[in-house]
Amino acid sequence: MIRPVCRQRTPAALLVPAALGLVFLVLPLVGLLVRAPWTSLPRRLAEPGVLTALRLSLETATAATLLCVALGVPLAWLLARVEFPGRRLVRALVTVPLVLPPVVGGVALLLVFGRRGLLGSWLDDTFGVTLPFTTAGVVLAEAFVAMPFLVIAVEGALRAADPRYEEAAATLGAGRWTTFTRVTLPLVAPGVAAGAVLCWARALGEFGATITFAGNYPGRTQTMPLAVYLALETDLEAAIVLSLILLTVSVAILAGLRDRWVGVT
Amino acid sequence: MTALLDARLIADRDAFRLDVRLRIAAGEVVALLGPNGAGKSTALRVLAGLHPLAAGHLTLDGVDLDRPDRRVWTPPERRPVGVVFQDYLLFPHLSALDNVAFGPRRRGADRRAARARAQGWLDRVGLGGQARRRPRQLSGGQAQRVALARALAVEPTLLLLDEPLAALDARTRLDTRAELQRHLGAHPGATLLVTHDPLDALVLADRLVIVEHGRVVQEGDAATVTARPRTDYVARLVGLNLHRGRADGRTVTVGGLTLTTADPVRGEAFVAFPPAAVALHPARPEGSPRNVWAATVTGVQRHGDHLRVELGGPVEVVADVTPAAAAQLGLRSGQPVWAAVKAAETRAYQA
Repeated sequence: MIRPVCRQRTPAALLVPAALGLVFLVLPLVGLLVRAPWTSLPRRLAEPGVLTALRLSLETATAATLLCVALGVPLAWLLARVEFPGRRLVRALVTVPLVLPPVVGGVALLLVFGRRGLLGSWLDDTFGVTLPFTTAGVVLAEAFVAMPFLVIAVEGALRAADPRYEEAAATLGAGRWTTFTRVTLPLVAPGVAAGAVLCWARALGEFGATITFAGNYPGRTQTMPLAVYLALETDLEAAIVLSLILLTVSVAILAGLRDRWVGVT
Repeated sequence: MTALLDARLIADRDAFRLDVRLRIAAGEVVALLGPNGAGKSTALRVLAGLHPLAAGHLTLDGVDLDRPDRRVWTPPERRPVGVVFQDYLLFPHLSALDNVAFGPRRRGADRRAARARAQGWLDRVGLGGQARRRPRQLSGGQAQRVALARALAVEPTLLLLDEPLAALDARTRLDTRAELQRHLGAHPGATLLVTHDPLDALVLADRLVIVEHGRVVQEGDAATVTARPRTDYVARLVGLNLHRGRADGRTVTVGGLTLTTADPVRGEAFVAFPPAAVALHPARPEGSPRNVWAATVTGVQRHGDHLRVELGGPVEVVADVTPAAAAQLGLRSGQPVWAAVKAAETRAYQA
């Protein structure tokens, strides 16, 4: 107000914290770039462990996202469209993994899917399937932590979508399933895409639940965040390189998806 | 004429109760006319299967679709009913062609047959060339016609239209109304048009059913309803002064006023006359008019090319006067005037 700095009247009370917030978010990334061992970068990138961890990360995050979409979209539909007793409770339960420390989530997963767990012992006896400390376990841990992001985004999109389109579909002879696949899903597709992108990003960065439930075996369960953590204890430069790769890949993919799918809301 | 649709619609929505008797013959267009909140939309939703009946019955072509006492209920997707929604609700992710093909496809036609049929309907509503367009690329009038084609493409026994012209501007409405009249005339099934626009109802419908507060208050063809309104709402729609009183031959006593009328009636009766039949005078007029009373101007509004004067007094009446006459009288609120109505211009009928 005192200094005529801005052409438009942007209040300083909003501008200053906004700028501080941006700096706070960007500064650590700058730190990463400044401290990166640029000269030895090519040699370090070629190390076999790096590419293995990166591939595992991308594969498991994608698999976890697919799992979340397959289970989370119907769950979001149920929450948004069907009146049932205890709906508020279910909605609260869905968001539990958001507030739960991921390590606690990992412990909880062990109690259920572990070899002696509630479901795990049955899976082991009946199908000979073991989930903990396997790649499938990584997917499970990531999906557990990331699913709320998808459910919340899709439920929001469903609530914003006009349910009268579904009524119109019904009067044209479409049952509930056909209405869902032919009308509802196309209408909320941008919301599903946005939710899937968030979900994928969360899965890619997952650490606590993964290391607790799936362990840290290179090539099998060691994803990028786990590799970064391990490298940090022995070789800071390696940790920086791994972080840089994770950063580059996720930013590139998110930016690409954003333009393609999320777009302008 | 046997009714294709035979229904007594009793439905609850929050604290509101709808109770409407409705019969529509094959090929007949009935307008459900009423003010906002009268229950028109609830009636439409019940007929479409989007809202359940609380009691009563809904029989279409001899088949019970909704009959609570016999535990019969057919879901919307299995009713031979087509709906044109108020804002059309064309699926935004589908082309005009696929919007129209949606119904036939869901009712068993394969993709090619459904598209062929949809193309036929688009041709019929004059949009054969716009088949590839998405709804957002269509004008309001075009979207309305696609919505009509989509509803008719399932060849419904009952066609429902919810305020089909309300979303259009005045110019488009005129053309679309004429177009709609042609298509409704060609529809072999029963048609129910829900509207609050008396013009739509008068032009498009063979018969009017007027609902207020969830009840039918008047029913009949356009001529009867416009000549003999039975409620204030209908009287306002058709632009008449309406009063209820006791008749004794050629006089009707309304409030403290006795009006002489042209039609003989006895007992409870309505008396109606157009605002233009009310003449205003600065002093008590001499001569022929027998219905003369002292009134007070309570309001003056522009109404087309004349002025509409609201009068208080023994009866509340509106009068239409020319701007010249108004200037001569020096009309303003609170001014006393004399109102006169010729007996020949009033119409009295049994209440």
